[in-house]
Amino acid sequence: MLEIVAKIKEYFLKRNAVISIIFVLLCLAPLFLSDFRINLLGKFVAFAILALGIDLIWGYTGILSLGHGVFFGLGAYCMAMYLKLESSAGKVPDFMSWSGLEVMPWFWKPFASAPFALTMAILIPVLLAMIIGYLTFKNRIRGVYFTILTQALSIIFVVLFIGQQAYTGGTNGITNFKTILGFSLSDPATKLSLYYIAVLLLLAAYVFCKLIIDRRIGRVLVAIRDGENRIRFSGYNPTVYKVFVYAISAGLAGLAGAVYVPQVGIISPAEMGIIPSIEMVSWVAIGGRGTLTGAIIGAVLVNSLKSVVSESFPDIWSYFIGITFIVIVIFMPSGLVGIYQQIKKVWRNSLLLKRKEAAMKH
Amino acid sequence: METYVLQIFNGISVSSILMLAALGLAIIFGLMKIINMAHGELIMIGAYVTFVTQNIFMSYVDKDYFDIYFIFALLAAFVITAFVGYLLEITIIRHLYGRPLDSLLATWGVSLVLQQLARSIFGAPNVDVKSPTWLDGGILIWGDLQLPYKRLFIMLLVALCICGVYYFLYKTTTGRRIRAVMQNRTMAKSLGINTRKVDAMTFAIGSGLAGIAGCALTLLGSIGPTLGTNYIIDTFMVVVLGGVGTIIGTVAGAGIIGLGNTTFEFLTDASLGKVLVFSVVILFLQWKPQGFFTIKSRALDE
Amino acid sequence: MKIRFANKFKGIAGVVTIALVLSLLLAGCGTEKTGGSNEAKPAATDAGDTIKVGILHSLSGTMAISEVSVKDAEMMAIEEINASGGLLGKKIEPIIEDGASDWPKFAEKAKKLLQNDQVATVFGCWTSASRKAVLPVFEANNGLLWYPVQYEGMEASPNIFYTGAAPNQQIVPAVEWLLENKGKKFFLLGSDYVFPRTANKIIKAQLKAMGGELIAEEYTPLGHTDYSTIINKIKATKPDVVFNTLNGDSNVAFFKQLKDAGITSQDLTTLSVSVAEEEIRGIGAENMKGHLVSWNYYQTTDTPENKEFVKKYKEKYGADRVTDDPIEAAYIQVHLWAEAVKKAGSTDVDKVREAAKGLEYKAPEGLVKIEGENQHLWKPVRIGEVQEDGLIKEIWSTKEAVKPDPYLKSYAWAKDLSN
Repeated sequence: MLEIVAKIKEYFLKRNAVISIIFVLLCLAPLFLSDFRINLLGKFVAFAILALGIDLIWGYTGILSLGHGVFFGLGAYCMAMYLKLESSAGKVPDFMSWSGLEVMPWFWKPFASAPFALTMAILIPVLLAMIIGYLTFKNRIRGVYFTILTQALSIIFVVLFIGQQAYTGGTNGITNFKTILGFSLSDPATKLSLYYIAVLLLLAAYVFCKLIIDRRIGRVLVAIRDGENRIRFSGYNPTVYKVFVYAISAGLAGLAGAVYVPQVGIISPAEMGIIPSIEMVSWVAIGGRGTLTGAIIGAVLVNSLKSVVSESFPDIWSYFIGITFIVIVIFMPSGLVGIYQQIKKVWRNSLLLKRKEAAMKH
Repeated sequence: METYVLQIFNGISVSSILMLAALGLAIIFGLMKIINMAHGELIMIGAYVTFVTQNIFMSYVDKDYFDIYFIFALLAAFVITAFVGYLLEITIIRHLYGRPLDSLLATWGVSLVLQQLARSIFGAPNVDVKSPTWLDGGILIWGDLQLPYKRLFIMLLVALCICGVYYFLYKTTTGRRIRAVMQNRTMAKSLGINTRKVDAMTFAIGSGLAGIAGCALTLLGSIGPTLGTNYIIDTFMVVVLGGVGTIIGTVAGAGIIGLGNTTFEFLTDASLGKVLVFSVVILFLQWKPQGFFTIKSRALDE
Repeated sequence: MKIRFANKFKGIAGVVTIALVLSLLLAGCGTEKTGGSNEAKPAATDAGDTIKVGILHSLSGTMAISEVSVKDAEMMAIEEINASGGLLGKKIEPIIEDGASDWPKFAEKAKKLLQNDQVATVFGCWTSASRKAVLPVFEANNGLLWYPVQYEGMEASPNIFYTGAAPNQQIVPAVEWLLENKGKKFFLLGSDYVFPRTANKIIKAQLKAMGGELIAEEYTPLGHTDYSTIINKIKATKPDVVFNTLNGDSNVAFFKQLKDAGITSQDLTTLSVSVAEEEIRGIGAENMKGHLVSWNYYQTTDTPENKEFVKKYKEKYGADRVTDDPIEAAYIQVHLWAEAVKKAGSTDVDKVREAAKGLEYKAPEGLVKIEGENQHLWKPVRIGEVQEDGLIKEIWSTKEAVKPDPYLKSYAWAKDLSN
């Protein structure tokens, strides 16, 4: 019995202390924060799910995608379609009638069911990522070229979604939701439940990513990052692994989108663009790439910082964000988690040194 | 008939604008492997320099000579933007060599700061630059087919810039040093080239070219803090499509995207045209992942 | 050596960041407590010695070019009210938030203003998209938004007062006037977003009913910079009128390039509904001279109230600044709200809304009245021509204020539009 307690203690306190603290804090947050802040935090938790996906593909595999806004957006749009259909109660949604559409388009109809919408929110990004990933990775498009290609992808989607106003709501996006599964979205209880669901999904996503990277496949991914050709010469086919991780990462982005929409109440094509995509990567860069904890911390912290600074200095907050960003990328490539690890190392070394000195004295 | 001729001219004109905007980027990205997301903001600086030069001429120079301000503005835009680029290089960019993806993120931070800086100095609304009267109007070819002087001027400017860059890189000692450093840094270093100096200079020249682009763009478009964001992605596409590290590649990339854009836009509409062009670029890269023209190299990992 | 230096630097930078993060977190918690404590009682705005109001515009991003001046006008109106003794014996305290040209950000900041700051009302938004994004927030929290920009209509929320023009106060009369005076063949040009698309839908229905002819309908993406192809299409189709609903930046490119192509206002009539004095400054008056616009107010509008307003605005923000329709609407909406609060004797949203209905105000554009039925303003309509100095000369106007009709119910041809 004691042994088990000791094991649990060891697992949570020693090996996973930081992440355990994060989740405990997230669970306790509603005790300290106002409804508005919890709603914000819920949004950041959704971003953290997305950051995990970006960390998998960028931090671990070394592929920088600036098109994750597209996957996020697709997931969010699927969820938004469901919410919109529920709040328009069987009628044609309002933006369609402004745009001159009298009948509901066929592909909107199945989204009246929540499970279908949620499945599609993950499945569509995964499928899109598999197709694009298979083509580009098979043709050995790498590094910067892949990054710029994903930028083109995100422009294409933004322009398409804006242009098809009758089907997507145009620049306005989809907004004005009333209920989810029959519960009112403005009810504090619903909001709190949505928050806890988001935290729970983040935990699930974290465990899922942890399972991947702790296995052999995780080591293959890191090996692709550090020397793709060597992996190829060792008899692995990097394409398969890259497509896999790209699809997983897109799926997480889609899930994040689906979690985001009911809490924020709007999705618009702008969120699929390049600027949001760069911002998403910046969370991981600041938190610490190549560590799952770093991705979560980055997403929550950067967004909190942005909210706080933009509230206090609405005119000049871009300076703070821009400069923080430059400093961190240049001087702390391993992010906040890297600094934490460095401090820990220094502390441990000095501790060892002291012990040594003490031993010498004897 | 006139419509089609004019349309081809428009395509070439758009290509030349893209070429001008992308030339500096091609040097910085192609030679230094730095993805400079702040390139658009350097273009913006060039445009604001033009605005300031114009204001100085308006208040201190005789009215009859006002029109020559644009020549001074071109020079000033080059020099000042190059200097800003130099400052950026010695403070920020030099930490980023060999980390292309990190350079993208850090320079994005730079672009946020520069945009806000422009807003703080010049105010948020767009400003107006009066184009010199000698660029008003155009050549009447026949009927009402008129080719605007401004667009012809930009084409000429691009040709000059490309020739200048080519001459500089391939015919001068400094240019040879730049290429040497970019092709094999360690070897160049051991031959006694001061690589730090070369890096700073290359970045400054690339930035200066962005400044010229900014100055030229005041003839055609808006001048505001977010001016650069309209061009940044298109110019990256040009560089990637054309192939990194070659000037001829940039010319080809700009030509294809410019002509493609206007032609698709003419046949369908502007939004769909954009989608089609970018789709074509994505598909093309599947076939030639390194773009049109590449520098041959035996290295496996680059 | 270099590496060592870098490491050292890393250490220092690390300490600095950690300090920064900690202080920010503390600051965040600090605001939290104040925010949380008055959470329990809504409508606590009457307590305290100031009345808090929110100002929510894009101060960064692409929309900042238009919205910053609107914010300035609102600030000026608030200062005026404070200088003349405040409201209900209290000073007005503006809380400014940046929507950053990002619609979800607008929704977030609206929530913050209503839930955390408990503001009495909010003045804000420019694009329809940002208004649509905050609308559910205002309805759920029973807040009050004053929206100062002309828009596409088809909306009347009880939580929003619309002080810009409805379509029947800008677009519809402009089209009527053009059909009468300039010709039947219309070329519709707009940016690819909701206002131009909806406006063009209205115009098409109107053209059909009134014997006009649609030559072409073109949309360009936001931020489009090259109009040579569109201009070529215009040349090829030879319309009588180009009805321009382009947004912001694109207008600069369009008018500069139109002039370069050798087309002046004598060769082609264009009428713009999103270009006002402020935008003309960016386009350059020489490029837009003689082109037409349609609004409710110009800087040159001849009323005593306007002379006073223009003078004050220039004194405060500089002689080179100009006033225009959205700036004026932003300015008067603050005063309208203040008048309603005075009449209601309270800042309570429901009371203010009731008090505001039918309220009249002598605005720089002339006498305006809040229509109780849809919370829009009665406004005069003016068609103007851009002058050499960048100001606009009125060439036609309605005799008196026009009743707002956001759903175009009074037009037979529009009955299919609003459903």
